[in-house]
Amino acid sequence: MDYTYREMMAIAAAREIRDNEIVFCGTGISMLAAMAAKHISAPNSVIFFETGAIDSLLEEIPMAVADPRVMYGTSFNGGLADAFATMQNRFTGPQVVGILGAAQIDPYGNLNSTAIGDYHQPKVRFSGSGGACDVASFVGRTIIFMQQVKGRFVKKLDYFTSPGYLEGGRSRELAGLRPGGPAAVITDKGIFRFDEETKRMYLAGFYQGVKIDDIMATMDFAVESDRALSVPAASATELCVLREICDPQGLIR
Amino acid sequence: MNSEKCMSLAAAISRFVTPGAHLSLGGFTLNRNPMAAVYEIIRQRIGNLHVYAHSNGQGVDELIGAGCVKAVEIAYGGTGRFAPTCIRFRKAIEEGRILFEDYSNYQMTLRFMAGAMGVPFLPTTSSLGTDIIYKWGLSPEVRQQDSRLPLDKLVVLDNPFKRQPEEPEKVVLVPAINPDVTIIHVQQASPRGTVRMAGLTFADVEQAKAARHLIVTCEELVEEDELRRQPGQNQIPFFYADAVVAQPFGAYPTACYGYYDYDPEYLQQYGQDARDDGRYAAYLEKNIYAVRDHQQFCELIGSERFARIKAASPQGYAVGLERG
Repeated sequence: MDYTYREMMAIAAAREIRDNEIVFCGTGISMLAAMAAKHISAPNSVIFFETGAIDSLLEEIPMAVADPRVMYGTSFNGGLADAFATMQNRFTGPQVVGILGAAQIDPYGNLNSTAIGDYHQPKVRFSGSGGACDVASFVGRTIIFMQQVKGRFVKKLDYFTSPGYLEGGRSRELAGLRPGGPAAVITDKGIFRFDEETKRMYLAGFYQGVKIDDIMATMDFAVESDRALSVPAASATELCVLREICDPQGLIR
Repeated sequence: MNSEKCMSLAAAISRFVTPGAHLSLGGFTLNRNPMAAVYEIIRQRIGNLHVYAHSNGQGVDELIGAGCVKAVEIAYGGTGRFAPTCIRFRKAIEEGRILFEDYSNYQMTLRFMAGAMGVPFLPTTSSLGTDIIYKWGLSPEVRQQDSRLPLDKLVVLDNPFKRQPEEPEKVVLVPAINPDVTIIHVQQASPRGTVRMAGLTFADVEQAKAARHLIVTCEELVEEDELRRQPGQNQIPFFYADAVVAQPFGAYPTACYGYYDYDPEYLQQYGQDARDDGRYAAYLEKNIYAVRDHQQFCELIGSERFARIKAASPQGYAVGLERG
């Protein structure tokens, strides 16, 4: 294998994005995935940032969603109010696929990006929701990036920042949220999806060279793995796009 | 009247940013933070501030680091890859040194918008079922003590207008923010206070209009007549502004689209200094307390660094800037 698991994550996420979709992305690897998708599987996808930039040219990879690089060659430079309204809009919101990351995830794809430990006196404080809670509340589906390490896949979140399927089944809709929720969780070892009925996470794929047991060893809750398939390796074309077109300086990879 | 609005940064800060003020800062993470104003607040040692931000990164972090902040209401504290979580912000919360309360980015934006519109709240469907609704950072006692704060963090209501099944069942009401003062840094402003921003406007317009007082710092002071030639390019009418300060590099070390990029060298060095209390004290002394004003701070940084981050046209950022 001549690529890193981080590169594999970006490629796996890029493969999830469909042509003509509006892709909401945040800072870091999600940006790389969205950029890669445009060159691999979804040339007509539109990259969209919560800061209000729509269809940025992205000649260089931005270091944050407010990086001046996201403002160049756009179709429209709006503000946060426009950007989130587009996601909350009944007609445009369902067309958006959101890419999110988090510190913790539970079996129903709910996310914590706020704090570990007690909220008021946390052991570790993170950046907070940013737009993540809004995106997770509004858009048609989300793709989530997670590190496959102990303590990240938990039974109960220390702080519940962004909604997935809440307690599973129909609980998301019953709480008053839009239909939607996570379509896939992409980690550095494999891919999880959610059962159609129960909305509980199951293992759907594992990367080349990864053992299912290694994945299970990091999980604080049981996940079903009967449906797990081997994920096709990163191709030479995909790697070339990632390394030579999207991130030649290696800032994200 | 025009000339009254143009003033030095030191005068604008001492006049409008008083101890205990409720303050809102424009910009977003590493872009168009009103940094010259932030440094001036620190230099004047104005304390006990109650700060409102959506995703203001560097400005809020430095104010917290310098001990100016009592409480912060925020959606996101980070500067992208330079500090995925703002370092002094994180430390202050982990060590229990400031009050804080979390919202989502859209909620903070709507709160400023409600303030700007003069309504007590706006509804959204964001955050139903999450701890953003159930976990309050500011206690009922804290809210009781300051009449500028709403008594509730958020309120969930049944949608009174629901008729169609696809319409939302419930709405989350977010309370308006009307800060005592908002500070924004923009590309161009007139002496009267007409504002023209380039690139993304973030939530600056809502923040500016929600505040009792507005301080505008700008890269360039432009004649009112000139800005009126293309009024469609302007975002804030003059009567909102109380102070206009011509302040080149007023967003440095954050970026100002079309003028300069963020300074990766500064932000990286800051990140290292901010991790250690002793080094951070030295940082404050050298970069802020020991200099007279922002111009002298820029001289300390040196023209070579400014040449490196100068924005290219038409890109609006420093093409090929070493950011690793």
